[in-house]
Amino acid sequence: MQFDSFSDFIAMGGYGFYVWLSFGTCALILLGILLSSLNDTRRIMASVQQQAEREARIQQAKQEQQV
Amino acid sequence: MLRQHSYWQLFSAVCKKDLQLAFRQRAEIVNPLLFFLIVITLFPLAIGPEPGLLARMAPGIIWVAALLSTMLGLDKLFREDFNDGSLEQLIASSYPLSLTVLGKVVAHWIITGVPLVLMTPLFALLLNLDNQALLATVLTLLLGTPLLSFIGAIGAGLTVGLQKGGILMSLLVLPLYIPVLIFATSAIDTSTMSLDYSGQLAILGAMLVIAVISAPIAISSALKVSVS
Amino acid sequence: MWKWLHPYAKAERAYQLCNTLLPYFAVITVVCMLVGWVWGLAYAPADYQQKDSYRIIFIHVPSAILSMGAYSSMAIAAVIALVWQLRNAELAVIAIAPVGACVTAIALITGAAWGKPMWGAWWVWDARLTSELILLFLYLGVLSLYHAFEDKKAAGRAASILAIVGVINLPIIHFSVEWWNTLHQGATITKFDTKAIDSSMFWPLMVNIVAFAGFVGTVTLMRLKNEILQREKHRPWVRQLLNRG
Repeated sequence: MQFDSFSDFIAMGGYGFYVWLSFGTCALILLGILLSSLNDTRRIMASVQQQAEREARIQQAKQEQQV
Repeated sequence: MLRQHSYWQLFSAVCKKDLQLAFRQRAEIVNPLLFFLIVITLFPLAIGPEPGLLARMAPGIIWVAALLSTMLGLDKLFREDFNDGSLEQLIASSYPLSLTVLGKVVAHWIITGVPLVLMTPLFALLLNLDNQALLATVLTLLLGTPLLSFIGAIGAGLTVGLQKGGILMSLLVLPLYIPVLIFATSAIDTSTMSLDYSGQLAILGAMLVIAVISAPIAISSALKVSVS
Repeated sequence: MWKWLHPYAKAERAYQLCNTLLPYFAVITVVCMLVGWVWGLAYAPADYQQKDSYRIIFIHVPSAILSMGAYSSMAIAAVIALVWQLRNAELAVIAIAPVGACVTAIALITGAAWGKPMWGAWWVWDARLTSELILLFLYLGVLSLYHAFEDKKAAGRAASILAIVGVINLPIIHFSVEWWNTLHQGATITKFDTKAIDSSMFWPLMVNIVAFAGFVGTVTLMRLKNEILQREKHRPWVRQLLNRG
């Protein structure tokens, strides 16, 4: 461990603002693209689900008509 | 189908057709030049009329203006042929598409690049450039503007099928223009210091050779994508 | 080559391949990212000249390397897409582009945040920063070209062509910018001193590079899966995924 205390760690020898700024934006951007990709998956699967349910309903309606 | 015409005849026919079209509607030739002139007038108004400062900035101003004014004509390069369907005919014909494309790009350069080169003495006068720098400017424009036409045609080919392709095309093409801009302006800069700038010209020439060989292939595959 | 690639030309097989690879990439990423960040931030010794500000290197250098790496893999995918007419390779181009753009943005932002304490300015027209900025433009160009097309089939091919044109231009741009920079600025700024980097800093850097590579791989696979699903929406095998999950 290079730092004596937690506040030392935060201060980064006076360069805290720059170090944490870059690590923070880096984490934000990485998280952002990760979450948006996950969200895309969810959205696509939801639309597939919707389509499947819709087709099932149509099928059902057709059968009811025949009866 | 048998090929009844030589490749050279095909090339010159395409080139001649485009030139004829352009000369019939003069605005196509005159408007980019006027644009170029106006952009160059704006700079002294914006940064002040001091002759030393203008001469220092002239290469950059002239080249940025040249980039922008060649962009103006690019959007039209394939647009009309695309709209009336003749582009489809060219692709379907048994002649190599890269050759017809080469003809069109050369015609574009004659319409936009050559007048620019011919007008440079006037702009040099406006921006207080001396004769040495004027010669360098003319030489770099002579080598650089065909390069701009070739690179730009790739972007034009990619965006011709899109409704609002114009602005997108400039976004795609301008980053690719950067090397041309750097070497051309540095050649002019070097000439104002009375140093030898043949190195920069040689690099521009080399880039032009690469572009003449490879750009038509890229342009024709881009056009095939846009038409299909 | 074709025999080896052929099975993956089928969307379903490609999707399954993504699925099997994804956990490995994800685990490597999470482990290396945790180790790399803690090691880099807390345990690596401070630089004797730049003090603690140099710790930005642990994300700046990996993101810069990966921005180039992602572009070249995008271009390779583009060549495969155009030469062998593989639709999945086109989708890979589109899957990599946003990840590459993000990594490039990180390299730029961290570069600026490092430049402020070291050079005294957020932005200097340093050769590497400038070519990184142009790289970002190229990524954004590929992305906006893809999204401008209504017909996604043509969009994929157009984006592939642009990616290849970009990769041919990239060395020229890089070389010209470097040359322009030495001409205009006189003294060039070097990021490392002439001494080789010490092993106590080298290993955490390596771990971080692996972590970033893993991240780019993971997210690319995820996005590739999405693109495949989006295209194959109406196929029965996608329906079956619903029942299983």
